[in-house]
Amino acid sequence: MYNKQAFIALYSILAKEVSRYFRIWVQTLLPPAITMTLYFVIFGQLIGSRIGDMDGVSYIEYITPGIIMMSVITNSYSNVVSSFFSAKFQRSIEEMLVSPVPTLFILMGYIFGGVSRGLLTGIIVTIVASQFVDFKIHSWPILFFVVTLTSMLFATGGLVNAIFAKKFDDISIVPTFILTPLTYLGGVFYSIKLLPEFWQNVSLGNPILYMVNAFRYGFLGFSDINITHALILISCFIIALLSLAYYLLQKGIGIRS
Amino acid sequence: MSTKAIEIHDLKKIYGGQFTALKGISFDVEEGDFLALLGPNGAGKSTTIGVICSLVNKTSGSVKVFGHSIDNELEAAKRCIGLVPQEFNFSQFETCLQIVVNQAGYYGVPRKLATQRAEVVLKQLSLWEKRNTPSRELSGGMKRRLMIARALIHEPKILILDEPTAGVDIEIRRSMWEFLTELNKQGTTIVLTTHYLEEAEQLCRRIAIINQGEIIENTSMKDIISRLDVETFVLDIDSMPEKFPEINSVTFRQRDDTSIEVDIPKGISLNLIFSWLSEQNIQVSSMRNKSNRLEELFVKLTENAA
Repeated sequence: MYNKQAFIALYSILAKEVSRYFRIWVQTLLPPAITMTLYFVIFGQLIGSRIGDMDGVSYIEYITPGIIMMSVITNSYSNVVSSFFSAKFQRSIEEMLVSPVPTLFILMGYIFGGVSRGLLTGIIVTIVASQFVDFKIHSWPILFFVVTLTSMLFATGGLVNAIFAKKFDDISIVPTFILTPLTYLGGVFYSIKLLPEFWQNVSLGNPILYMVNAFRYGFLGFSDINITHALILISCFIIALLSLAYYLLQKGIGIRS
Repeated sequence: MSTKAIEIHDLKKIYGGQFTALKGISFDVEEGDFLALLGPNGAGKSTTIGVICSLVNKTSGSVKVFGHSIDNELEAAKRCIGLVPQEFNFSQFETCLQIVVNQAGYYGVPRKLATQRAEVVLKQLSLWEKRNTPSRELSGGMKRRLMIARALIHEPKILILDEPTAGVDIEIRRSMWEFLTELNKQGTTIVLTTHYLEEAEQLCRRIAIINQGEIIENTSMKDIISRLDVETFVLDIDSMPEKFPEINSVTFRQRDDTSIEVDIPKGISLNLIFSWLSEQNIQVSSMRNKSNRLEELFVKLTENAA
């Protein structure tokens, strides 16, 4: 049974996490704003104006949800993977391990920290986007639901990566070689309907495609993917990764001798 | 009947199925005690502490902290313990105040109360002026004191210190001794591992010696000191005698041109030595113990066990 003390502990972990990424805001909050501004200028305005409409909306409007989602995914993941690995590396994770914080609350503390950075970055990029495109929102609930679940999923993924990581190289392998290619091929910049049938089917195996399209649905009201299928898939991934992360933390894998 | 602060029974730890760090050790620590856990490098001291504080998963055996088993009442057991580990293990980027207040939070201490307690404990350890300094900018001695402050913030019943004075200068070491002695007087049980045997002799009332994963001695400091049967003194003299006399079982050795070593069994008066030296017209300019008394016994015990 979890009492008030456990929630104070959760608040402490979350406060520590939030203060960490605010302390290094030049590394955490500023880069997405600059990078995404470049995306909007280059792909949205310069190149986008020559591409024309995509699924009945301007190209810049089409790519806006994907670009926001891309920054949410990257920041949720990188916040937890670097924070948890650095706690392992400096052994400050022992502060929590010797204390009576329940494993579930350590897990939640790190994930909520990652989600908070992911959502904050999403808001920053949305503000940047609003300078370039006059977008409208089709469904606020779906938008909020999808972005929060996706952020949670990648924050958990970052935690699992950090638990297994033994050196700093190990925390950059997944983002560089898996996450970035899957994001770029996940329908951020194009509709999969433009692809030959074979590659359309291959693309359906990319989980990020579902998240980007579900998010795009929240903005624009259309998607390459069935929105219900997308939400079920994201939920299944979250349950699987959360269970794995909880098991690993409870067993002390990578953090206890 | 006194309460047991720690009860360890048949504790075993095998790393990776190959290296046996603890071979089924058993010992108790009474509430209010000040125990020194001694042993050479790799003897199993840090593993024992790691298991008590749940940083190391035990292979078998049982550990209870104030009656709470770490197997099924882990959270209650953890609340009783404050740990000062051997290595610095706080975030290099956080300030002293953040480190201490966050640690209180992990124990469920509300933020406001944690901040009040942090002020008290940081002042006690002379760190209040450095409260807003990132921990990486502190000196080695300050970092050690910060770890003590962090360990005390939730007011534990037992404080476990793994070589707390390693690498700190004599002045800071002595001020830490005073602090720990005072803390123990106020009722906190203290378990200390150290390589400075003088430290154990000065501070602790009980001593447990661990060697190659086994407890080879567990007794009072008074008892173990009483077992010392020979003390060695170094005497600085103005001239060297031609030969040394045979006085009871006293053994003389020449160290260099101006000093000798004398092994004196327990019960033999030092006056005998000085009388003989006076007869020889030899002046003694100074005298000192050759080595720490406990160190001699420690070496003897660990050699015998090996």
